[in-house]
Amino acid sequence: MTISSVFREIIRSSLISLWFVFLTFPLMVIKVNPIERVVHWRWGNMLYVAVTSFVLSLFFREVVRRRKLRETRPEEENRAGIALSIRRIFDEPGKRNMLTGIVFCFSLVFPFVFSSYQTTIMTTALMYVVLGLGLNIVVGMAGLLDLGYVAFYAVGAYTYALLNHHFHLGFWTVLPIGGLVAALFGFLLGFPVLRLRGDYLAIVTLGFGEIIRLILENWGKFSQGPSGIANISRPGFFGIHLSLDSAIVYMYYLMIVFVLATIFIVSRLQNSRLGRAWIALREDETACQVMGIDKRKTKLTAFALGAFWAGIIGVVFASKTTFINPASFTFLESAIILSIVVLGGMGSIIGVIMGAFILILMPEYLRPLSQYRMFAFGLILVLMMVFRPQGLIANVRSAYHFEKTKRTFHA
Amino acid sequence: MNYFIELFFSGLTRGAIYALIALGYTMVYGIIGLINFAHGEIYMIGAFTSFVVASVLSIYGFPLIAIVIMTGFAAAVWAGAYGYTIEKLAYKPLRHAPRLSPLISAIGMSILLQNYVLLAQTSDFLPFPKLIPDFPFMERYADVLGSSDLVILLTTTAVMILLTFLIKYTRIGKAMRATAQDTTMAMLVGINVNRIISITFVIGSALAAIGGLLIASHIGQINFYIGFIAGIKAFTAAVLGGIGSIPGAVLGSLVLGLTESFATGYVSSDYEDVFAFSLLVLILIFKPSGLLGKAVIKKV
Repeated sequence: MTISSVFREIIRSSLISLWFVFLTFPLMVIKVNPIERVVHWRWGNMLYVAVTSFVLSLFFREVVRRRKLRETRPEEENRAGIALSIRRIFDEPGKRNMLTGIVFCFSLVFPFVFSSYQTTIMTTALMYVVLGLGLNIVVGMAGLLDLGYVAFYAVGAYTYALLNHHFHLGFWTVLPIGGLVAALFGFLLGFPVLRLRGDYLAIVTLGFGEIIRLILENWGKFSQGPSGIANISRPGFFGIHLSLDSAIVYMYYLMIVFVLATIFIVSRLQNSRLGRAWIALREDETACQVMGIDKRKTKLTAFALGAFWAGIIGVVFASKTTFINPASFTFLESAIILSIVVLGGMGSIIGVIMGAFILILMPEYLRPLSQYRMFAFGLILVLMMVFRPQGLIANVRSAYHFEKTKRTFHA
Repeated sequence: MNYFIELFFSGLTRGAIYALIALGYTMVYGIIGLINFAHGEIYMIGAFTSFVVASVLSIYGFPLIAIVIMTGFAAAVWAGAYGYTIEKLAYKPLRHAPRLSPLISAIGMSILLQNYVLLAQTSDFLPFPKLIPDFPFMERYADVLGSSDLVILLTTTAVMILLTFLIKYTRIGKAMRATAQDTTMAMLVGINVNRIISITFVIGSALAAIGGLLIASHIGQINFYIGFIAGIKAFTAAVLGGIGSIPGAVLGSLVLGLTESFATGYVSSDYEDVFAFSLLVLILIFKPSGLLGKAVIKKV
């Protein structure tokens, strides 16, 4: 970099920082106390904005410049990204088995090494792994943008809460019932939206999610309204009464089992006849129908299966927290689950798992930042998307090339 | 009968506000096919900027008419600036990314903006200064139509006429329509597509800010969370009318506003939003591309 280009960069960044000073002026600098009718001019904030935006702008312009430089270099160097090296590990069976083994052992000893607080957070993260994998069926594989996924989660949770409250049914009895009821709801939602395309589907599912939440909130006789349902039983363990700490550990292992089962089933589904039909449907509906795939049946199974997992996790959620109310099932929740799927890389199982860990553990470990943590969460979502739009680990589909090379992967 | 007319006008007012926000959604969608989830937050920022500017001016003792004009101007300018910046930062780098990535970026932006206002200002409800006085000539009709309802309806109508003029008869409008129809082709005939997209964001944001100003002075209080539900409703309205279609957004908003108003008035206010979304689902079942949307026929 020459002196003149450094100088130019500084001028550019100064202009950008001036723009941000202008942009944030009314909200950052002025604060009005409407009752005492006093205006506080917080000029210090202006300096703060100016310096921060100047530094960030310098930094990001440099990052973008380096990326551009790298893109002009030959292909091989370009591909040496972190994600790709992770990808390579998963391609080699030896390394993959070793890594899986390490992760598995680590997850087995986790509750004995870390505190029960950490274990609870981990359990939550594992729940979101399953939710993410469930939504991945609908969004990632079948390509149906679902913004109301949390509704099925709510259905599962309320199924358990209500059955437990009124009929004292246990966790293990309700687990399949909750899943099936949620699947039924998925089926019911699936019918009217079969004809809708992309974004219309998105808003209808969003509306559906809100309808379920509003009904739970307002139909007091049925769901006890906003005050929610308390004293839900924890899962039973062969009739033995568990202390709180051991219940947490038990819940953790339960989730490990659920995650393993889900990964197994989803990865089997992915390459099954049905999974291939979903992917084909996502790529081209018309061509898919011409090939003799029943669009109606395929879409409905995607909705129902995705909802089934949400229902199961709903039951687990209700039994884990022993208290639920409609406030747990807002649109933000759907948005977070969807972000897990997209951030991880749509359709890729490993990606979804990583996405869930990042998005759920990050706000927890950002807690020291307390009030800034949701701000940081939003910022990180935007940055991740800007710098890795295809997700952390893009779903790689096997493809055959006609050249005389080994079987190669191509994104 | 009076009750019916009152509900009718309150529905129209509601619909008018939805329309101001929905236009931004539908214009952006028409041009780059993105659901701009941060649009509701722009509306909220418009309302907050109006609050700050109006309060400061009224504390320093400006006359009401000057306050109204300057507040409207400031809200539109700053919201436009926010819209412009958001597009440049969060959407432009993602123009060729997979379809869902900009959506997540938009959701992130929405969370970011909400918390920005929460941190920079406050999480409490703020009382919004009354900018629209009770006109003496409206007293006779006060039980069916308030002064601020009248102002909202008139302003919205004026804005709609201006917007229609802009899109139908100016060079920029023509370029916008061309970009919406076919971006590549528009580029080939020499339209600066990036500039058109920026202009669309600025116009849409300014409209939302005016909506924010009007509704805030109508209701009399604001907080950082108002953007979310207003955004979702306006988006519902845009889809209801057929997303991408400008008259559709207006029609959808009016239908939605009236439905909500009558449902609240005659049935129950608890289920207001349930009615709104049920209406959406019903209309989309029978007319999958919205009221005025064109059904896309795919040739194979």
